[in-house]
Amino acid sequence: MAQDEIKKVFVIGGSSGSFDVLLYLLARLQPLDAAAIVIVLHRKSGYDTALIEVFSYRTGITVKEVDEKEPMLPGFIYVAPANYHLLIEKDYTFSLDVSERINYSRPSIDVCFETAAEAFGQKLFGILLSGSNIDGTHGLETIRQFGGTTIVQNPQTAESPFMPQQAINNGAADYVLEPEGIARFINGE
Amino acid sequence: MISDEQIELLLNDVLELYGYDFTNYTKASIKRRINRILAVDRFPSFAELRYRLRNDKTYLNRFVEAISVNVTEMFRDPQFFRILKEKVLPHLATYPYIRIWHAGCSTGEEVYSMAILLKEANLLHKSLLYATDINQEVLEKARQGVFSLSNMKQYSENYILSGGIKAFSDYYITTNGHVKFNEELRRKIIFAMHNLVSDRSFNEFQLILCRNVLIYFDKHLQDRAIGLFDESLETLGYLALGAKETLRFAPIEKNYKQIDGKEKIWRKMK
Repeated sequence: MAQDEIKKVFVIGGSSGSFDVLLYLLARLQPLDAAAIVIVLHRKSGYDTALIEVFSYRTGITVKEVDEKEPMLPGFIYVAPANYHLLIEKDYTFSLDVSERINYSRPSIDVCFETAAEAFGQKLFGILLSGSNIDGTHGLETIRQFGGTTIVQNPQTAESPFMPQQAINNGAADYVLEPEGIARFINGE
Repeated sequence: MISDEQIELLLNDVLELYGYDFTNYTKASIKRRINRILAVDRFPSFAELRYRLRNDKTYLNRFVEAISVNVTEMFRDPQFFRILKEKVLPHLATYPYIRIWHAGCSTGEEVYSMAILLKEANLLHKSLLYATDINQEVLEKARQGVFSLSNMKQYSENYILSGGIKAFSDYYITTNGHVKFNEELRRKIIFAMHNLVSDRSFNEFQLILCRNVLIYFDKHLQDRAIGLFDESLETLGYLALGAKETLRFAPIEKNYKQIDGKEKIWRKMK
């Protein structure tokens, strides 16, 4: 099954100030081969399919909004839909949930990171970008607990440094990198 | 954090002792809910939660309430209600009597929204809305028709975006930080227990709404519920699902036609 071919999963969480960083990263990505990327971005609720178009414009890799129960496949960039929590099951399928907001957010970065940590263990790389929220720190801690690796955007390069700084202060960052370094990391350069 | 094996134990207890079957719910979601129960109800360990659940029947209602997601709002996804109003109600209007089923109604925000929609289309007098849920606690809240005043600003905005034509506050009276919706709306709603996992079809409807319930079911359970809706829907009736749910891949899909490119409303063609 194609799902078994997934060697690496990058989950990227971003809040205020992360949109431009995401555009920068997307434009620099090499083809993913055996990897998949999942993006959880805090945003206003609504039917903003425009986001997928904007992302797609930046990269040759297929970007799609997650459908519920969809199996995660290598070579794709998945985006969490607005107003749902995104969870990853141990059979590498996505599920959605409209339960309470976590850290004032739905989708919550923590929810996605925590479930991904259990599903993917060492294959998982959690990346936390700019934001002014505490979301993501607990998720990164969980990723490390299950053997995954964590990367946090250097707060000095973040439009809103609070969220990455929070993760660093809690010791949740294996690497602190500027956007260029994050792009290199994902590309395995 | 609790293990998958512990969750399996707990869900088997609930099934064997009380007949509630959560074993085909999506795993990651149910695990989050159970972890939340452990934290909110302050159980020091999994064993204590399990003991309480096995030995205290009264705790079951609390458990069912906490394990199911009861986050809802009035006129949620306003555009959805606009399409209901513009494309579905004109067809329903041709029937001498309209029967609507809200499956998984939770605390009732959606069914009261529907009653308002019908009232404004001058159809409420000949409509009956069945609102069902597995959870007694939320049904009782829904039956009261009492909601927090603090939500009304947002509900009112949703109402206007959905094409509402009146002052939203005409539909309720305010007391002590709460609002109570007009008796006229409530009179047309029947609240009842119904479990999509184990109960059967109980009537025929021209419109069934089940939004953001199927996302918690695995594929097998989704197919069961969709089959149940199909059995309960008249030909040319409508089935409405949540924004991220679909009839695609369901065995009955070929008999249905989506009536709008964006909104998740299907019509049963045969």
